This record gives sequence, structure tokens and C-alpha cells, in this order.
Amino acid sequence: MFETIVFIVFAVVAMVGAFAMLAARNTVFSAMGLLATMFSIAVFYILLDAHFVAAVQVIVYAGAVMTLFLFVIMLIGVDRIEGRDEEIPFQRPITVVLVVGLFAVIVAAGSSAWVTGWRLFGETDLNGTIETVADALFGTWMIPFLSTVFLLTIAAVGTIALAQFGPGGLHAVDEDDDHEERVS
Amino acid sequence: MIDFLWLVIAFPLTGAAVLLLFGKRFGDPWAGWVASGTVFASFLFALPLIIPLIQGTEEAQTVFIYEWIPIVNADISILWDPLSALMTLLVTGIGTVIHVYSIGYMRGDGRFGRYFAYLNLFAGSMLILVLANNYAMMFIGWELVGFCSYLLISFWFVRPAAAAAGKKAFIVNRIGDFGYIVAMMLIFFVFGTFDFDIVFGSAASELSHGMAVAITLLLLLAAAGKSAQIPLYVWLPDAMEGPTPVSALIHAATMVTAGIYMLARSAALLDLAPETGTIIATIGVITAFWAALIAMSQRDIKRVLAYSTISQLGYMIFAVGLGSYVAAMFHLTTHAFFKALLFLGAGSVIHAMSGEQNMWKMGGLRKIMPITFWTMVTAWLAISGVFPFSGFWSKDEILASAFVEQSWVLWAIGVATAFLTAFYMSRLMFLTFFGEERWPEGTHPHESPAVMTGALVILAVPTVFLGGINTPFALTFEHFLEPAFEFVQLPHPGEAVTLVSLAVMSGLIALAGVGFAYFRYLRRVPQQATGGYWSAAEDGFYIDDIYGRTIVLPGKWFAGWLAVSVDEEGIDRIVNGVGGSVRRLGDAMRPLQDGWVRSYAAGIGFGALGLVILMLFVGGVF
Amino acid sequence: MIVSVGWYMTLAAGLFSLGAVGVLLRRNALVMFMSIELMLNSVNLTFVAAGGELGLIEGQVAALFVMVVAAAEVTVGLAIIVAVFRRRGTANVDQLSELEG
Repeated sequence: MFETIVFIVFAVVAMVGAFAMLAARNTVFSAMGLLATMFSIAVFYILLDAHFVAAVQVIVYAGAVMTLFLFVIMLIGVDRIEGRDEEIPFQRPITVVLVVGLFAVIVAAGSSAWVTGWRLFGETDLNGTIETVADALFGTWMIPFLSTVFLLTIAAVGTIALAQFGPGGLHAVDEDDDHEERVS
Repeated sequence: MIDFLWLVIAFPLTGAAVLLLFGKRFGDPWAGWVASGTVFASFLFALPLIIPLIQGTEEAQTVFIYEWIPIVNADISILWDPLSALMTLLVTGIGTVIHVYSIGYMRGDGRFGRYFAYLNLFAGSMLILVLANNYAMMFIGWELVGFCSYLLISFWFVRPAAAAAGKKAFIVNRIGDFGYIVAMMLIFFVFGTFDFDIVFGSAASELSHGMAVAITLLLLLAAAGKSAQIPLYVWLPDAMEGPTPVSALIHAATMVTAGIYMLARSAALLDLAPETGTIIATIGVITAFWAALIAMSQRDIKRVLAYSTISQLGYMIFAVGLGSYVAAMFHLTTHAFFKALLFLGAGSVIHAMSGEQNMWKMGGLRKIMPITFWTMVTAWLAISGVFPFSGFWSKDEILASAFVEQSWVLWAIGVATAFLTAFYMSRLMFLTFFGEERWPEGTHPHESPAVMTGALVILAVPTVFLGGINTPFALTFEHFLEPAFEFVQLPHPGEAVTLVSLAVMSGLIALAGVGFAYFRYLRRVPQQATGGYWSAAEDGFYIDDIYGRTIVLPGKWFAGWLAVSVDEEGIDRIVNGVGGSVRRLGDAMRPLQDGWVRSYAAGIGFGALGLVILMLFVGGVF
Repeated sequence: MIVSVGWYMTLAAGLFSLGAVGVLLRRNALVMFMSIELMLNSVNLTFVAAGGELGLIEGQVAALFVMVVAAAEVTVGLAIIVAVFRRRGTANVDQLSELEG
């Protein structure tokens, strides 16, 4: 009972947040909406006994990623409001068709036994504590875990390169000369 | 030794390949000596191999070289019998002389090396033809010599006339080739092979009369194309556009004789179709007469000789038609020498006159060019049939065999032609070498260099003496050739009395012809004959014109029609249509690349949606 | 009424669709990027819900991995957007298009 109420409440919050993200003219409002959705999803994780994942969701997604987004929004075009007109012909009808189709297909897939494989494993009690997750992560899934190390390293290097050597960076390569120069 | 007989063909072909690649580097005159060397090498190689054939100690031999097309039993193999040996020595011997002569004649020409490459190629091709042991290999040579003829006639292709002449020669020849190919097909149909041994050996038993007539008529068509008989002779006068040594070698001594050689070779088949023999003889002698008529009023020295060649070839074909293969080959041999000599002599004159070929602009050259003059005298007397030169013996034998066979009409035409031959050849000599000097301004004629006059002298010797090989008293030549005509009935010679009186008559007629010309062209101031008939004769009785209007022009219309309706409208439309539709397809698909990221995203979305639906179908969810 | 796994799935599908709408209809690069993040989150929700239903811990492990990748992706993507903004002066993807086809 309690679970149902919490679910419904936070489901509404999530949807409203998503709509807000879509509809807001001001980019910061969009970010706020997404933030709300992410918090709701963290709540859903707790309802599903995935405590560790919920914590990570809040820390990484809501904490780091959205903060990053807000930084960039501040850097770029906070004062610019997006126009209302749609330039691409038929984009809106096409989108509606596509999205409705996607939704329908996903729901249909989700209800089918072939995709979900329900009733294969029976009801079990899953405890999403750190220990359980860590056992799986550092046990069976060690190699993918280590690969993510590489992924993060590369992402960091790439970002630094873009920032330093891209346009307007400290060490931007001047196109007229062959060597690097300090761009003041 | 005989196993290496293929070297005879290989030497000149190698020479051709080398000269094609490096001819420019050899230059003038080394390219010429290299080319002459290869042909001479072939001559020297073949010479000792003919001796056993002359002595009669050896029969014909075949030398197998290479299995070419097993499915039709066509191999590359050489037949070495008296007939092919004779032709080989003729081609290589006279070929060497003409090669050396060309070194002098073609001096200074920009494409000196290329010329000799073509000449060597021709020699090799002709040798393939004469040494072949089956119709298929002979056809290779047949086609190749036609091709070389085209290359050499249009050697100075910058002249439109020369290019046109080369084309004409090749195309007219092709009509003959059609006859050869169909004959080959019929031969294969009957015998299952092209081999001479098998075909001639089993001809009597396997070949039905109708088939024999068909095959021989087709072979006649082929010979008519190659040996310039009616109705396919029109290419030979135009072929004079080529360099004179080419005219001497190809259009006098060797290539044009290929038709006669081929028919002589196929004697076993001709024997089974006497009707064709009559047709062949008639065409031969009519061609001889017709060409002689035209030769009488030509102004260009080379054209006289061209029509003279057609005429003498007519005699040879006449003999083949009568079944006197030996007489035909005899005349072929003597004609090779004296006609080559005549052409080379004419070349010497033209060279001295700085390119002038009109006899009416010559005259009085005998004191200035003595070697040329005296050697040409021997050739003149030989071709006119004056006793005791070689031509007398060979021409007389043909006429005698016609008489003995009792073909009176054909014999009479042959005799008349002999008279005309003596007449127009004497006319040529008198206009060129005697009388007043009618030279154009600035010409300083002189005797030709030694490379050229040497060739003339070498050729003059057999011109005088070669008659001795086949007199009615000593039929050496006939005995020599007999093994080649194993399956053939050779005609028996007539009685001695008939033969001698006929010979005397031929001799007198020849002298009459010379005398007539003497009175007309030497005794009084010579003039070109005028009047309706004579200008028609000068124009070849308008045959070229008639062909042009009835065959060439409709051909051009047809080709033009094809070019427009089939090529332009049909094929071009299809091909361009393909291109056009591709472009239209591209135009239709271009809006997909509009540069808006979000429309690309929509595309991706639809693609993903489609894939998911597909997968769900596969999984049986839908 | 008990919240069954189907509820979570449907909610996730809905969030996913909303994210798709955002990608297709918004022109600001940042908002498009945020819509993509929303889609990733909905997928995460699906993973965890399915894992819970099947009794496998792998659902949560997968969700973790997705989060890592998403974080890295956000980093680089935002750096790109900033670089593009520096050069072109706009974050409006329609104005960034140079193709004239």
C-alpha cells in the first residue's frame, strides 16, 4: 500500500519533470526538470531494493552530471531563448508517429514472454546491498569493470584535449602558422 | 634437320617482332639489313631441304609442331612437299632480293624500321600459308597476308588515297575470305578435319558431287579475292599506292599467287567437280583479257604493271581451271621473277624521276639508266612471250593445254590476250626508255644505287633462263611437282607436232604484238589514244564507279541508317537512360541529406523501430 | 494493488518516449543532450526492474555500467558542445548545419 502511493507520487513527479525538461523555454528550467526526474528514479531504485544503485544515481547523475550540465548551461546561452517555429517540414507529425510507435512497441515487447522471460526463474528475494553488487562486479564482471577504467581515462584525456587545443583554448593551434602559440 | 623447319617461319616473324619494338633504334639502313638477313636465313635453311625432293629420293613429309584446336582436329603442322618447297623458296628468295632493294628505295623514309618490320611480318605470314598442312593453318596465313597487305599498301597513310587503297584491299579481300571460311566449314562437315592428307586422300570416296561443286566454288571465290580475279580484282590497281617494292613482292610475286597455290593444293577436290573447273577457266581467261584491255590505255607505269599482274594471274587461274596445275605453277614461278623485276625496274625509274609515274613524262631513259634498261628488257621479252625467254615457255604451256583440252573459245581468248600483253608491255618500254625526253622541269634522272640495280640483275637471270625447267622435251618441273598431286589426274600433254606448231604460233604472235607497238609508239611521235572507248578503258571501264554506286553507296546508307536508328536512338538511349535514371534517383534521394541533425535522428529512430518490429516478428510476438 | 514490474516498465517506456521527443523536437544542443540522458535513465530503470523480477543481480550491475558510460559520455559531449559554441557562437543545431542540399 505504502509502496503504491510512493510509486504513484514519484511517477507523477518523474513525468512532470520530463515534460518540464521538454517544454521549458529557459534551459535552466529544463535542467531542473531533469533533476527532478532523476531524483524520482532514485526513489524507484529504493523501491526495487537496489539501494546501492540508488545511491550511485544520486551521487553521480544528480550530483555530478547535472551539475556539469548546469555549468555548461551557464557558460552557453543562458540568455538565449529558443524560437517557437519548426523549420524542418513535417518534423512534428513525424515525431509523434515515431514516438507513439516506439512506446507501443516497447510496451508490447515488454509484455511478451519471449522478451522478458518472466516465470523462468521464479520469485526470489534480491538484496541490492553493496556486498551483493560488489560480489558480482568484482567477480564475474571484472573485465567489463576494468574496461570502464579505460573508458573514463580516455574520456578525461579527450575532454582536456578539446578544452586546451580546441578553439579558444590555451594552446590552440593557430591555423596560419605551423607551431603552437599562446592565444591571448 | 627437317624437324626444325618451323625456323623458316620463325626467322622472319622474329625479325618482325624485333623491328616493331626496336626498329627506330636500328635505323636506316641497319633495320633493312636485319630484315633481309632473317629472310635470307630462311632461304638458306630451306634450300638444302629441297634437294632430296628434286632428286626424287624423298616423298612429302609433315612436321608436327603444336596441337592448336583439338576439337576440330586443327593442328599447327608443316607439310614439306614439292609444291610447298617451291613456294617457300620463291617467297624467301625473291623476298630477300626485294628486302635488299628496299634498303635503297626507302632510304630517308621516316618509318624505315616499321616498313621492314611489316615486310618481315608479311614474309612470315606467307610462309605460314604455304607451309600449312591443313586448311585452318593456311587460313591463319591467308588472313595475315591480307592484313600485311593492308599495312603496306597504306604505309604512307598520310596520303588519303593510300589509306583508302589499303581499306579497299582489305575489304575486297574479306569477301574472298568469306568464301574460304564457308568452304572450311563444309570441308569439316564432310571430313571432320582440315588436314590435307586426310581430306585429299578420302575425297574421292567421301565427297559427294554436289558438295564438291559447292566447296570448289567457294574456294574460287576466295582465290578471286586474293588473286584479283573478276569480280574482286578492283583492289589491285589501287594497291599501287604502296611503295614499289611492296608492289613487287606482294602484288606480283607472292601474296596474289596464294589463291593459285591454294587452288593447286586443293586439286584433289577440283578434280571431283569438273563444272567448277570450267567456270574457273572461263573466269581466269576473261579476267586476263579484260585486264589486258585496260592496261593498254593506262598512263601510270605502275598501273600498267598492276593490270598486267591481274592479266597474268588470270592465265594461271585459267590453267588451274583446265586441270593443268603444273602449267599454272610453272607460269607462277616465271611470272614471280619477271614481274618482280618489272616492278623493281619501274621503281628504279620512278626513283630516278623523283617520284614521277606518268609514262608520258618520261622517255629516252635507256642511255641514262643502262642496268635498269637492260634488265627490264629481259623481263619485257619474257612477259611478252618472246622465245626463248622464260615467259614464252610457261605461257605457251598454258595455251597448249587449253588447245589440247579442246576449249577452243577459251584458247582463242588466251591467244588474243597474249597479243595484247606483248603490245602494251612494248608500249610501256617504248614510252619509258625510248624516244624523246618528255621530262618535267628540274628532273635529273640517274641510275639507281647498287643495292637496287643489284637486285635487278639477280632477278634477270632466272627471267632469261628459267624456261628451261619445263620444256616439252624435258619436263623436269612436272616430274618435280608430281608427288604433290598424288590424288590428281594430271592432263597428258598433246602430241609433239601440235605442241611445236602451237609454240611457233605463240612466238609469232608475241613478235606481232611487239611490232605493232613499235610502229605506233616508236616509229612516229607517240600519243595517248583518245576517243570514247579509250577513255573508258583508261577508267577501267568504269567498274570502280559501278561498284561504288551499287555496293558502296547502299552500304554507306545502310551504315548511316544503322548508326542513327539502332545506335543513336536505340542503344544510346538505353545507355544514357541508365545514366539518367541513376541521376534522377540521386536527385530524388538528395533531400534525405538536408543537414538537419534532427531529421537524421528521426531517420535513425524509424530504422530502430523497424528493426525492433522485425525482431519481434521473428520472435513470434506479433 | 501491488506495484508489479509491468508498472515500472510502462513508466520507463513513457520516459523513453519523452526523451525521444526531446531529441527530435528541441533545437538547443544542451536540451537534446539532456533528453538523451533521460532516455538512458529510463533504460536503467528497466534494467533494475527486470533484474529484481528475475532475481538476478546483473540488472543492477548493468545499470551501474550504463551510468559509468553515461558519465563519460556527458563529459566528452559537453566538451564538444563548448568547443563548437566557441567556434560557431551558437548552440542551436539548426544554425550549425553547413549543408545546403
